[in-house]
Amino acid sequence: MSWIAKPRVAHPGLPRNELGLTQRDYEGRMSTLCAGCGHDSVTAALIEAFYGLNYPPHRIVKLSGIGCSGKTPTYFLNQAHGFNGVHGRMPAVATGAAGANRTLTYVGISGDGDSLSIGLGQLAHAIRRNVDLLYVIENNGVYGLTKGQFSASADVGSTAKKGAANMQPPIDPVLLGLSLGVGFVARSFSGDKEQLVPLLQAGLRHRGFALVDVISPCVTFNDHEGSTKSYRYTREHLTEVADADFVEPKREIAVSYAPGESIDVEMHDGGILRLRKLAEGFDPTDRDRAYAHISERLHRGEVLTGLLHVDKGLREMHDVAGTVDVPLVEVPHGDLCPGSAALDALQESFR
Amino acid sequence: MKPTDVTDPQYYHKVVDCQWGCPAHTNVPEYIRLIAQGRYTEAYLLNRESNVFPGILGRTCDRPCEPACRRTRLDGEAVAICRLKRVAADLRDDVSEYLPRVPAVKNGKRIACVGSGPASLTVANDLIPLGYEVTIFEKQDRPGGLMWSNIPQFRLPPEVLNEEIDYILDMGVDLRLDTPVESMRRLLAGEMGEWDAIFVGSGAPRGKNLEIEGRYDSDRIHIGIDWLESVAFEHIDRIEPRVLVIGVGNTAMDCCRTAMRIGGRDVKVMARKSREYFKASPWELEDAEEELVEIVENHSPSRFVIEDGELVAMDFDIVDWYEGEGGRLRSQVMDTVRIPCDAVILAIGQETAFPWIERDLGIEFNEWDEPTVDRTTFQSTREGVFFGGDAAWGPENIIWAVEHGHQAAISIHNYCRGLPLDDRPPYGMNLVSQKMGLHEWSYSNDYDEAERQKMRHVHLRERMQTLAVEVEEGFDFEQTLQEAERCLNCDVQTHFTTNLCIECDACIDICPLNCLTITANGEEPELRTRLSAPALNLEQDLYVSEALPQTARVMVKDEDLCIHCGLCAERCPTAAWDMRKSDLLIPYAGLEAGEKRPTRARDLVGV
Ligand SMILES: Cc1cc2nc3c(=O)[nH]c(=O)nc-3n(C[C@H](O)[C@H](O)[C@H](O)COP(=O)(O)OP(=O)(O)OC[C@H]3O[C@@H](n4cnc5c(N)ncnc54)[C@H](O)[C@@H]3O)c2cc1C
Ligand SMILES: Cc1ncc(C[n+]2csc(CCOP(=O)(O)OP(=O)(O)O)c2C)c(N)n1
Ligand code: SF4
Ligand code: SF4
Ligand code: SF4
Ligand SMILES: [Mg+2]
Repeated sequence: MSWIAKPRVAHPGLPRNELGLTQRDYEGRMSTLCAGCGHDSVTAALIEAFYGLNYPPHRIVKLSGIGCSGKTPTYFLNQAHGFNGVHGRMPAVATGAAGANRTLTYVGISGDGDSLSIGLGQLAHAIRRNVDLLYVIENNGVYGLTKGQFSASADVGSTAKKGAANMQPPIDPVLLGLSLGVGFVARSFSGDKEQLVPLLQAGLRHRGFALVDVISPCVTFNDHEGSTKSYRYTREHLTEVADADFVEPKREIAVSYAPGESIDVEMHDGGILRLRKLAEGFDPTDRDRAYAHISERLHRGEVLTGLLHVDKGLREMHDVAGTVDVPLVEVPHGDLCPGSAALDALQESFR
Repeated sequence: MKPTDVTDPQYYHKVVDCQWGCPAHTNVPEYIRLIAQGRYTEAYLLNRESNVFPGILGRTCDRPCEPACRRTRLDGEAVAICRLKRVAADLRDDVSEYLPRVPAVKNGKRIACVGSGPASLTVANDLIPLGYEVTIFEKQDRPGGLMWSNIPQFRLPPEVLNEEIDYILDMGVDLRLDTPVESMRRLLAGEMGEWDAIFVGSGAPRGKNLEIEGRYDSDRIHIGIDWLESVAFEHIDRIEPRVLVIGVGNTAMDCCRTAMRIGGRDVKVMARKSREYFKASPWELEDAEEELVEIVENHSPSRFVIEDGELVAMDFDIVDWYEGEGGRLRSQVMDTVRIPCDAVILAIGQETAFPWIERDLGIEFNEWDEPTVDRTTFQSTREGVFFGGDAAWGPENIIWAVEHGHQAAISIHNYCRGLPLDDRPPYGMNLVSQKMGLHEWSYSNDYDEAERQKMRHVHLRERMQTLAVEVEEGFDFEQTLQEAERCLNCDVQTHFTTNLCIECDACIDICPLNCLTITANGEEPELRTRLSAPALNLEQDLYVSEALPQTARVMVKDEDLCIHCGLCAERCPTAAWDMRKSDLLIPYAGLEAGEKRPTRARDLVGV
């Protein structure tokens, strides 16, 4: 944590997006996380992603639970809405908020403890409901905020700072998501914004639940020799299988790839998700094969990164529930609350 | 790109834009911090080491440091470096015991200086403490050169000038006033004394003339620098009401403002070109206009109008400027105009003149009758005869004259010891971490958004009373502190240790000015296109690290806009970035880089 705030003075040549804003306009308060925390880089990547998509900051909702990761929504999009929920309960809050107003953009930030320990059930049901939400897990293998206990994503054999090894098998959020039928799942690394930013953008544009697991090293409690979530270990073990570029509906597609090198997936808004740098025999649109591929590599100690699975055919929560198109706040009170006569009539119909 | 060698003192020196821009490399940020701490004497003496005349320069310097100041690239306005220097000079205590000690036993070498301007005075300042005996020949009855004879008192009070000249004269200069050197041959032949070396600091005394119709038909047409000199020596104490000043350089500004004080009522400065091409500094133009001088653009003089033997007007061509072939500026006459006047002052430039140097002495002169002087050693083509200040390459300013004096003194010291002149002593650098605690630095690292402080001026009516009223009042206490805070401490360098970096990106994410990038190395022009923010200022360097430990990419820093806030170092978990103060160690005659001159009585602590 620093004693001075980041000065407002900015590079006079900073580019502006379609709203006339610079990246600096998407920043939040000064981070109070440890210097060098991966979470701060994820924050920076989110800033870049929102800026690049020309999203107006006041139309975003930031949600989180508890943890160092849970603190990070304060550090981006000062002008957005925000709700810091109870430990592991962010998915429920997000489900409620998204249900009430389907016109805003939702981003939930969670940790491996928040999502895979206390909040596992919540996460599972948000996926199952296919809430329209970008769900980021800042995954560092430990409970950072409570000083570095192993979390449910810690690998067997990975050691704590004082040398004790973890004995319990990890829960992998990507495989978990696939088994629950998630429509969008990716993995990336806080130290690789070139990959992470387009993935976050694609996740924001995906209609439905988009799960992005970001390896985000805890520089204080889990960046030592023997840790499998350190900067160095992650760099040495990650393998890119499919990067994503999001191409806006209006834009020309600049780069062309030879057949087989890339796959285009048309998104709901007409934009194109272009998957490239595809590994041999990997097809992210085929869930079962993707599952098999990822889990096989995981057993070999490889951390596969990139867009691992996308299925844009799923119906999101509102489609299934058949809710109104407009936010509840815009529904006239008489329609929202039609009165006791209407209730009586409804109950009568169940008899 | 190759990894940057920050052990070369010039790399970090260049980051300190003001110091790099200062001909004498004055350590600006350090003296600004000293002023902020109320340590005026220390600030004064630090200035004096390099620029010798802080009080004079704090009022009159051409301030090449200010356009160079990094702050101009951020909020458009330089730190008021020059006027802060004046604060140090005005508020210092008695510095006599900190001045250089003069050895009782001399080294037996005798040096003659021609002229007593800032160049010669600096030579004396540097050589006398080494045991040299220095004689200065001055044709006027007062020392100081143009600082005395041409810079008006309302910009530079005589007490300030005299006090700083006396610091040097009191070291034991053998000053011969009213003693023009009329023949170099005689000076060399020992007729005026025996010399081991000669320094020519005689300035550029000849004002340029305007040979057009009517030039010699009136005695109310003056050459600017001669006229100012006559005012300074009180040979002239009034001028007619309607005055035209021809030319728009620094001399023209002093002429018009002087004229306003001794009888001028309607004073116009007539410029041939339009404002963007004016030679005078913007602040001088402002000061003249504040005093109700009119500045007229695009008027090219064509003749003096004389009626019945009296100057009554001048004719001008009104010209339009356009870019001709090869981008050269060309003019086209649009109209002519007659402007009535009672007197004209020509302020269209100055040049050197050496009627007293015979041309058969081995001192070579070029086709324009300028002496051939070596740019590094300041020696002429005759061994043992050195030139500096305006005499060397034509009119410059005080701070250049001072720097020439320092360099010539180094050469003279080598010459007198039989060492080669191009054996220049090397610069050095101290580099010290400024970390005081986890997030605490020895300097004020936050960015202060304050605007540049406005200099307060004496009321117009009061200042026109006599020539001696100094116009600028100087900064008050609050202004001083506020202005000092605007300085970005560019000497507190971001210093990188490659093998400590774990490539976490924290520094890159926090940097408010997007100075930093971790990326694959490349050639500079291409690399510049891949940085966090546009890197378009090619005058500013890119720092490039060695290959980083984890990915073999490199850390690149664009030095252009760094505000030295230290946030990169605060956010770095491994202290790969540190904030370190670079202190450029400048060598002087007889002093290696970093060596301090012995003082008369006391040493300064902690500077
Ligand atoms: C009107 C005007 C205003 C200026 N204002 C500024 C300003 O605000 N700031 C700034 O930095 N610069 C200013 N300058 C420029 C600055 O004054 C000069 O660049 C500087 O003084 C040059 O110093 P110098 O030592 O080379 O010579 P000078 O200051 O010119 O001194 C030369 C001396 O040599 C003497 N001399 C000449 N020939 C002989 C001889 N044969 N024998 C004996 N003595 C001789 C002269 O009498 C004179 O005293 C100004 C110049 C002018 C004309
Ligand atoms: C209901 C409840 N149980 C336990 C805690 C204590 N607690 C705070 S943060 C945390 C774990 C955070 O770990 P993670 O989600 O991985 O976040 P990180 O700090 O690593 O980013 C725990 C167990 C709590 N705040 N609330
Ligand atoms: S900000 Fe301060 S140190 Fe930097 S160039 Fe300006 S005066 Fe010099
Ligand atoms: S000191 Fe560091 S963080 Fe601050 S502007 Fe310079 S490079 Fe950026
Ligand atoms: S903060 Fe430090 S360790 Fe992290 S990338 Fe910057 S220099 Fe390297
Ligand atoms: Mg965690």
